[in-house]
Amino acid sequence: MCLAIPGKILEIYERDGTLMSKVDFGGVQQEVCLATTPEAQVGQYVIVHAGFALNLLSAEEAEETLRLLKELEESIQDGENLGEGE
Amino acid sequence: MSEPTFPTMQGPVCPLPLNQHDQIVIGHGSGGLMTHELIRDLFQKYLGNPTLNAGNDGAIVAASEAMPAGSRLVVSTDAHIVSPLFFPGGDIGRLAICGTVNDVAMMGAQPRYLTATFILEEGFSIAALEEVLRSMQAACAEAGVSIIAADTKVTEKGKSDGLFISTTGFGWLPEGRRIAGDNAQPGDAVLVSGPMGNHGIAVMQARGNLGFQSEVRSDTTPLNALAWGLCQAVPTVHVLRDPTRGGLATTLAEIAAQSQVNITLEEAAIPIDQPVRKACELLGLDPLYLANEGKMIVILPEDDANAALSYLHSQRYGEGAQLIGKVSAIPAGQVWLRTPLGTTRVLEMLAGEMLPRIC
Amino acid sequence: MNNSSPLDYRSAELTRKFIEQIRRITTQPWNIMEICGGQTHALLQYGIDQLLPPEITLIHGPGCPVCVTSLEAVETALQIAAQPDVTFTTFGDMLRVPGNHQDLFSARANGADVRVVVSPMDAVRLAQAEPERQVVFFAIGFETTVPSIAASILHAERNAITNFSILPANVLVPPAIHAILSSPENRVNGFLAAGHVCAVMGYWEYEPIAAQYHTPIVVTGFEPVDLARGIYQTVRQLEESRCVVENAYSRAVTREGNRTAQALINQVFEPVDRQWRGIGLIPRSGLGLRAAYRSFDALERFLVAFNTLVESPLCIAGQVLRGVATPHDCPAFGSQCTPSSPLGAPMVSSEGACAAYYRYQRVKP
Repeated sequence: MCLAIPGKILEIYERDGTLMSKVDFGGVQQEVCLATTPEAQVGQYVIVHAGFALNLLSAEEAEETLRLLKELEESIQDGENLGEGE
Repeated sequence: MSEPTFPTMQGPVCPLPLNQHDQIVIGHGSGGLMTHELIRDLFQKYLGNPTLNAGNDGAIVAASEAMPAGSRLVVSTDAHIVSPLFFPGGDIGRLAICGTVNDVAMMGAQPRYLTATFILEEGFSIAALEEVLRSMQAACAEAGVSIIAADTKVTEKGKSDGLFISTTGFGWLPEGRRIAGDNAQPGDAVLVSGPMGNHGIAVMQARGNLGFQSEVRSDTTPLNALAWGLCQAVPTVHVLRDPTRGGLATTLAEIAAQSQVNITLEEAAIPIDQPVRKACELLGLDPLYLANEGKMIVILPEDDANAALSYLHSQRYGEGAQLIGKVSAIPAGQVWLRTPLGTTRVLEMLAGEMLPRIC
Repeated sequence: MNNSSPLDYRSAELTRKFIEQIRRITTQPWNIMEICGGQTHALLQYGIDQLLPPEITLIHGPGCPVCVTSLEAVETALQIAAQPDVTFTTFGDMLRVPGNHQDLFSARANGADVRVVVSPMDAVRLAQAEPERQVVFFAIGFETTVPSIAASILHAERNAITNFSILPANVLVPPAIHAILSSPENRVNGFLAAGHVCAVMGYWEYEPIAAQYHTPIVVTGFEPVDLARGIYQTVRQLEESRCVVENAYSRAVTREGNRTAQALINQVFEPVDRQWRGIGLIPRSGLGLRAAYRSFDALERFLVAFNTLVESPLCIAGQVLRGVATPHDCPAFGSQCTPSSPLGAPMVSSEGACAAYYRYQRVKP
């Protein structure tokens, strides 16, 4: 129930009264329903499952992951420095 | 005195119009006049050659002409029921020619002659049939083979599915050459002649019910020139096989079982076009199990791998060739895949149809 | 946030960095469960468990609709599909799940009009295009899939497409977690919460669960870096004796989730009791149609006889799905029960625990 991949909205339109879009996944396009994310705009990225957008993708998390790794690596170094003194 | 004027005798004077049908009818399969006209106006027009056009019950081929001294006959047969009949990059006709040409070529043999049988469903479009035959003509010309015997039957509507084509191919295998699925040996390298999965995705897309669009095209192609040239350039080739139904993984699993060896692949080395990858991610499919109709697996001694790659890269249809894995002794009969993370998983043979999933 | 993402979530290097961190901090054995077929699949595909220190055991929970959709629902599907005016539509996942004697795949071979779709909207469009057919959609899946089903029903209603109905079989994650953690046999120490379920529902529902059972829960994604990070954060909490909900998939998940999607679910569906295959009845763990939408319920539209349900007596799928037994504990594993002749759902599904173990045992690096 979890297969969903990110794609970029190319165009938005209405079909039979429901909000639809054309989404690009890097060379493959699919018609995706935006009834679940009506605030989405052309150019934004959404995560798509079963022909529907689950949510918009946000930019912050990449930095968060990198920051976490950086903290962890620094804390190893601190730990080693402390260890040397014992 | 004026000259008498006579009627011009033009217009429909003959009460038996020809080619008035735009669809196949049962009469086309009856063996009578309509069948002969269909054969003459379509089949012979596109597939014709002196042998086929002779119109006898059997084709005569002089053994010396077909097969050099010391060589052996290779025969292969295949039925084609692909749906839809037309897809980006190919059609059932091209597939019928290339599929059988390639099977003969994967033995290291030179394909020369084909037979073709056509099962048509009543109501099938003659324009579509003409399109298929035109495509077969082009494929035969490209492969350098000719169809020397053919047959056509018509079923009632509903008793078949549009058009089925079956082809049998005949080729000759040089003395001393042995290329077979049980011939892979520990220490061999595994190559593939180009990107995987294009045909499978192109056909799925053409079916229209999976709701995606892309530029992916089928790779349906005759490989006989490439395979023959490779065997001349690198005579130590052990195995050739085209990864059709079941894809790369299933085909290698067959070879691993036949040869009783282990084949380990590097996932990062397997060439896959980006849109094929993305279509697979979208639908939950594994590109290693998708059909290819214009690619070949080459298994040969490790020391000859570079020579083989050089040759393939210099040839049409071999530009994308890559070294993707190696053969070892144990565990025998299995295909392993090493991921970019350095972990390993087993690639089983495909059991049944691969289906899109949401999970 | 796609190919143009600043981060390659498949990066082997970044994944290994998180794995190194896990090794560095692990001091004792821990059992971590994921309840998401997609995560199980990704873990197996990338072989993540092969990288983890031996103290960490991954338990594949009941996260795949293939494994948990009740036998009764599958049998009902088969009965409805057999009716001559019915076009039965389903996600591909369900095609080979065994009922008593057959599956939808063999039903199709016997003449039933069974069609694979990739979206519930495809089923509605099919109904619109073929008004003489009764199009039924097998509504399986967790909260991730429910908004799409709800929206499709509303679309059908808006366009007066009356020959469309669903066979309700959706299930909810939080009740399953309660069932697992409250069992006396429970061995699970920490959970990876399904990233795409949480993209829809948010993760606020998991906070009382983490507190009640003193079990850390980390919302996790599906790429190797995501999985390694999620496991790392879970182990870290366990080593530090913390038990809160953390979000390791914030590019797709917020605490409150997608409010529009949740509203769609609440408009069309309401919680009902549901049978989970191999586990049994979990109260209020499924979704049924609200009264206003009952006309789209295939169970109200088609007469279905109650069949005796026959599960293999040898199959211990329930214990495996709850994480209290491994496939190795099953006497039939690998002998009477194999992927080509499965006795239960976890051996059918490519990401079922039993099929996974079967494949694993053949790889001995």
